[in-house]
Amino acid sequence: MNALQTILIFAAAFLAVFGEAALPGLRHLLGAQVDLLPAIMVYAALNANLTVVAALAIFGGLDFDALSANPLGVTILPLFAVGFVIFSQREFILRKVSFAQMILGTVASAVVPVLTVLLLLTGGKEPLLGWGSLWQWLVMTAGGAVATPVIFALFDWGHRAFGYRPRTETSFRPDREILRGRN
Amino acid sequence: MFKQKNYLALGAVTLVALLMFSLPPRVTGRLKLAVGSLFLPLIGLVGTAQQLPVTAADAVLSRRELLQLTENLRRENDQLKVAALQAEATARENDQLRAALAWQRQMPWKLKLANVVLRDPANWWRTVEIDLGSRDGVVENLPVLTAEGLVGRVVSVWPSHSQVVLIGDPNCKVSALVENPAHDTGIISASGPLDNSLVELTYLAGGAILKSGQGVVTSGLGGVFPKGIPVGQVVDARPVEFGLYSEARVKLSANLGALDQVWVLFP
Repeated sequence: MNALQTILIFAAAFLAVFGEAALPGLRHLLGAQVDLLPAIMVYAALNANLTVVAALAIFGGLDFDALSANPLGVTILPLFAVGFVIFSQREFILRKVSFAQMILGTVASAVVPVLTVLLLLTGGKEPLLGWGSLWQWLVMTAGGAVATPVIFALFDWGHRAFGYRPRTETSFRPDREILRGRN
Repeated sequence: MFKQKNYLALGAVTLVALLMFSLPPRVTGRLKLAVGSLFLPLIGLVGTAQQLPVTAADAVLSRRELLQLTENLRRENDQLKVAALQAEATARENDQLRAALAWQRQMPWKLKLANVVLRDPANWWRTVEIDLGSRDGVVENLPVLTAEGLVGRVVSVWPSHSQVVLIGDPNCKVSALVENPAHDTGIISASGPLDNSLVELTYLAGGAILKSGQGVVTSGLGGVFPKGIPVGQVVDARPVEFGLYSEARVKLSANLGALDQVWVLFP
């Protein structure tokens, strides 16, 4: 974990929220917009420290709510809840395996909208809900599942492209050097 | 499993969230503006990107096509001029009759064109952001429409952009009347989250005689939307609450899924 990775996480969250608001293609096609913040939160919870997870929940949540009709701050707690649980269990998760990433993305993308809607209803708001919301929830969950391994791959690529290359070890060992001739 | 640092982070985030919930709406609005302004450069970029295909198309159109387009526009302009003259005469007559009856004079609509730049990223709201704000004279609750019909109303205003809540969102209730002999009035409210072309017209009189295809326009009641803006057409109707009142499904005239430009109606 380094500063570059942290910057990449925040930049990705910012662009993801903007993309969701600016590109309505999926909404026209499937009737629902896929939220990428839970998938980014999964990556952060598995690869970054808890401060970054908390900051991502606040920054990403505020960004999302600023472009939405949500009351400001309502998305923070659901995002952090998901990130916190994954972070606290990350020693037991095979974070390099795509299938594990996909399962975590599925769960995170399913839980975040449900918790957000529950918070909205608790706060006396009246979101647009109906039987069609079930379809939207399925699309969001499936979209998050597909997006999570892709986001992991993109972050790995970003890290390789913008970060320092790891120093390669040479096979030469000075302690094994055969000294020839007389000194 | 939980270290002290974990508890601290959990406490800090919960505190921030609770603080946000407890702030007065005015402060929250300003905070939303501050966070939303981070996106302004990207919004500008989107506007430019939207113009690119138009500019590219302009560059490759042949002279013949341009002449054809000009001819069509000239013809359409002539027809509209005649229609405008007729409308002017009708408006004059209307003013005279209103004056004769000592009714208040109807003011002509003042419209300003706005581009739709963003949509609500959440699936449970129907709002869009437009590129007109308080600098352009926009205030809350101004009606927003297209040439086809009503779109919604302005709900939040910032200096350079505004948020419009679309018809069909639970926060956009519109008093509307059916263009039938009885002029039955009801309230346009949300229908479902998937199909944004249909809304419910509720609280119609129990004995209302509604037929498919009848027009629905704003009633002018409530003070937000002026009377006579087309909303849509009745699809079907059914009695509810043992016939105490009726409900109708209305197909919206404006295509809310493909909004690129809208008109803001100024008083």
